[in-house]
Amino acid sequence: MIYWEQMNAKPVPTGPAKLLHLHWPLILLICAVCATGFLMLYSVAGGTLDTWAKPQMMRFGLGLAVLFIVAMIHIDFWKKIAPLAYLGGLGLLVAVEFVGVVGMGAQRWIDIGPLRLQPSEVMKVTLVMMLAAYYAWLPPEKVSRPLWVAVPLILTAMPVALVLKQPDLGTSILLLAGAGVVMFLAGVSWWYFSSATAVVGGTVWAVFQSRGTDWQLLNDYQYRRIDVFLDPTLDSMGAGYHITQATIAMGAGGISGRGFMQGTQSRLNFLPEKHTDFIFTSLAEQFGLIGGLTLLGLYTAIILFCLLSAFANKDRFGALMTGGLAATFFFFFAVNMAMVMGLAPVVGVPLPLVSYGGSAMLVLLGAFGLVQSAHVHRPRGAYG
Amino acid sequence: MARDKKDTSGAITRRGLVLMGAQLALVGTLAWRMRHLQIDEAERYRLLAEENRVNIRLLPPARGLIYDRDGTPVAVNRQNYRIVMIREQAGNPELVLARLARLIDISPERRERVLRDMYSRSAFVPVTVAEHMEWESFARVASNAPALPGVLPEVGLSRHYPANEVFAHVVGYVGPVSDYDLSQIEDPDPLLQIPDFQIGKNGIEKRAEPELRGSAGTSRIEVNAAGRVIRELDRTEGRSGEDLQLTIDSGLQDYTLRRMEGESSATVVMDVQTGELVALASAPSFDPNNFVFGISTGDWRALNEDEYRPLYNKAVSGVYPPGSTFKMVVALAALEEGLVDPGETVFCGGSIQIGNRRAHCWRRGGHGWMDLNDSLKHSCDIYYYDIAQRVGIDRISAMANRLGIGLRHDIPLPAVRAGLTPTREWKQQVHGQSWLVGDTVNSGIGQGFMLASPLELCVMTARLATGRAVIPKLIRSVNGVPQFAQEAEPIGLAENNLAHIRRAMFDVSNNRRGTAYRSRIADPAMAIAGKTGTSQVRRITEAERRTGVFRNEDLPWNRRDHALFVAYAPYEAPRYAIATIVEHGGGGSKAAAPIARDVMIRALYGPNPPLDAWPTAMHDEIRERRRLGVDSASVQRSRA
Repeated sequence: MIYWEQMNAKPVPTGPAKLLHLHWPLILLICAVCATGFLMLYSVAGGTLDTWAKPQMMRFGLGLAVLFIVAMIHIDFWKKIAPLAYLGGLGLLVAVEFVGVVGMGAQRWIDIGPLRLQPSEVMKVTLVMMLAAYYAWLPPEKVSRPLWVAVPLILTAMPVALVLKQPDLGTSILLLAGAGVVMFLAGVSWWYFSSATAVVGGTVWAVFQSRGTDWQLLNDYQYRRIDVFLDPTLDSMGAGYHITQATIAMGAGGISGRGFMQGTQSRLNFLPEKHTDFIFTSLAEQFGLIGGLTLLGLYTAIILFCLLSAFANKDRFGALMTGGLAATFFFFFAVNMAMVMGLAPVVGVPLPLVSYGGSAMLVLLGAFGLVQSAHVHRPRGAYG
Repeated sequence: MARDKKDTSGAITRRGLVLMGAQLALVGTLAWRMRHLQIDEAERYRLLAEENRVNIRLLPPARGLIYDRDGTPVAVNRQNYRIVMIREQAGNPELVLARLARLIDISPERRERVLRDMYSRSAFVPVTVAEHMEWESFARVASNAPALPGVLPEVGLSRHYPANEVFAHVVGYVGPVSDYDLSQIEDPDPLLQIPDFQIGKNGIEKRAEPELRGSAGTSRIEVNAAGRVIRELDRTEGRSGEDLQLTIDSGLQDYTLRRMEGESSATVVMDVQTGELVALASAPSFDPNNFVFGISTGDWRALNEDEYRPLYNKAVSGVYPPGSTFKMVVALAALEEGLVDPGETVFCGGSIQIGNRRAHCWRRGGHGWMDLNDSLKHSCDIYYYDIAQRVGIDRISAMANRLGIGLRHDIPLPAVRAGLTPTREWKQQVHGQSWLVGDTVNSGIGQGFMLASPLELCVMTARLATGRAVIPKLIRSVNGVPQFAQEAEPIGLAENNLAHIRRAMFDVSNNRRGTAYRSRIADPAMAIAGKTGTSQVRRITEAERRTGVFRNEDLPWNRRDHALFVAYAPYEAPRYAIATIVEHGGGGSKAAAPIARDVMIRALYGPNPPLDAWPTAMHDEIRERRRLGVDSASVQRSRA
């Protein structure tokens, strides 16, 4: 068996040859999505590059460089420094509690010279790296043993708790989703997932059932907050306004859209946060269903390419990390789209690679650099 | 069996496929939702987006102007200098308002109200701080603009009545649309919803509202989410209101009103050929400009509680027993029916017995033998008690209607009220009683149920003068297009019968023994032909008659008789008809005829009638009146 495999295995490329082995279709897809972002930022700024598009492009350039550098570095190196990266991320999250700058009510960042670093963004990647490294190290037979399940849970709980404290519900969800997917792919027993679902479901059920009874679990104002969270229309001038205007923008776009720069909703400021969380509605207004589905298609293709790359990867760390990052990316855009389309509560998740934002762009491109590194340096099977 | 690396990588693939499936399902959901929003609901959301974006702003049209007969403006639009304030731009509204109060006079209440309005509305909505400002204070604010952020000096249009009280009852006035107005009128015009918009509340302003208002223009403006105007998308100009020219001569109108001053009275002057009303005055009057500014409760109460009822247009809404001015109607009815011969005489002994009641003549001692001419000249009642019984109430009422009494004349004033020409059916219906001979007798001298307005009496006189069914008119031209006054149709009365009546009316004024001899016009070419009337507003008891106590002067004002006078002139070639009533003025010959005569002279001769128009005996009095300025010719005007 081993002999056969060795015979058919292809050598891992070295040196500049690595460039040829990058997953170029994936890179092109990423560039396409980013380009869409530039177009949107140009449009919602009222036809100027300077406001948002240009800074975004510069970050993209920087991010692309980061992507290539990270991709060129051997995956084993990333596996080795994964715990360090994790600890670093966690340290930054703690640090941000003390020295962080609060903006937009929730997001927290640290200003390091010209760079504005948002540790919660970094954490999305380093947590996945950490868990992938953990499962690459952990003998497979121990994966579902309670003690060994508890370790990744604690590793996940710490950053999630810190991010929730900021408070940034959107990022917490993405952290949980990324970690959950890595554990799932690593083979943690179905039972754990079922039980977790049951416990969460049961708790929610209990919380709601207790409402208005003597043993009510939450305060009334907390229930009201949940109500508004679940149904933004209850808060007509707050979150409800956003969602209403967002759905109007989308619907007004129709099948083919109102044309580039013709979206009245976004141009006239009816759309809130039109350059960040709600940028998708601007796209949908201007380019309609066709534009929206195209972007959704690009995203889906990125996910599929990543997952296929993971399947072809014989390196457990590389495969798990690629799968985890792909899942994080998936939840990233899925939660944002569901949110702006009124399918999910507004939790404040930007549209990856499209929304205006520094850290997110850099970190995402860095993450794709890791995926590329895993792809380039993967131990190849016969058909890899 | 222990799993090796290959097995676990297989596990990753298996679970990865599950994950991929779940993700594709979610992507599918997203795509389905997009399809739903952008295809199924697209139309609805497109409309909502448009609503978001576009605000329609109404451009109020300029209200049509109203001119008098000669083109003198009587209702105009004046620039209304006002100050509005926008909270959003003011920064600190209290501070800015305090600064503003140092420049112009703003009462503390007003200031409080402005602040309340500003905070109760959106931050970008302008709130009016001061209106109808003097140019000086307006300019003071404008020149201090840099120190007053959010304060905008604006120029709008507001109605102004340069003739002040002279046209109040004809032109009426405008005022802001009230909730009551909205509940009363079915007018879908969106202009009514504009906070400062004014509509006609009275007079022609009210009746000709649709013509005067014009139609609103619209400006479609693009607004952003904050409601701020981004740009104008397009604009359709409205149509300004139509200009109306009245038949009223403002000089004559002014004179008429001043001549009636001090009395509660009304006078209507009509061109008998065309039916054009050249004067329509009700005294006392009021200044309609006070209503445009928003009348104070004190002023309003004063106007409302005044015994002389200044707000009431007595010329068209006041209906009174016509008294002896009605006798021509009865006489003409009798002549037309051939029931009386002009030369036939009736004996007046002061009273006659009718059934079980006694009917009296105004002259206690009686007039003796009276023919038609004498009966009108002396205004004998007995004669009319007699012939009224012969003619019967139905024919009397029919003749009254034919002459224009008891019918609502369609002139564009809101308060035109029809008099009353009773019939048997009417009494049965309204009072549930059968008609009595006494009712006919009463009607024969224009008392009892019989009612007529000064306008109707004027029409009656014009019809008697011309033999044509003259129809009163108040509008001469609309937007410069003349409203042709067609010559009236002949009324279908025998010319010789009319001649008897006219001759008698001539004698009333020009025969030494006529009741209005003192109110004649001296110039024979302009001779006036009239009829006096004195109508009771109370029943005279038998006891009073016996004691002879019914001197008007001894009664409280509101129980005195109404004084009436109707006339036309010149006798030979009638040009104007006039009807004057002085409420509780006592005798028609004493209170009403002199007013009517003076107004008639003013109408015939223009602003400066020669002294010769009056009888020589009156010249000194006229000179004195002119010296005192009572008869001055100028129209009183407020500064434009």
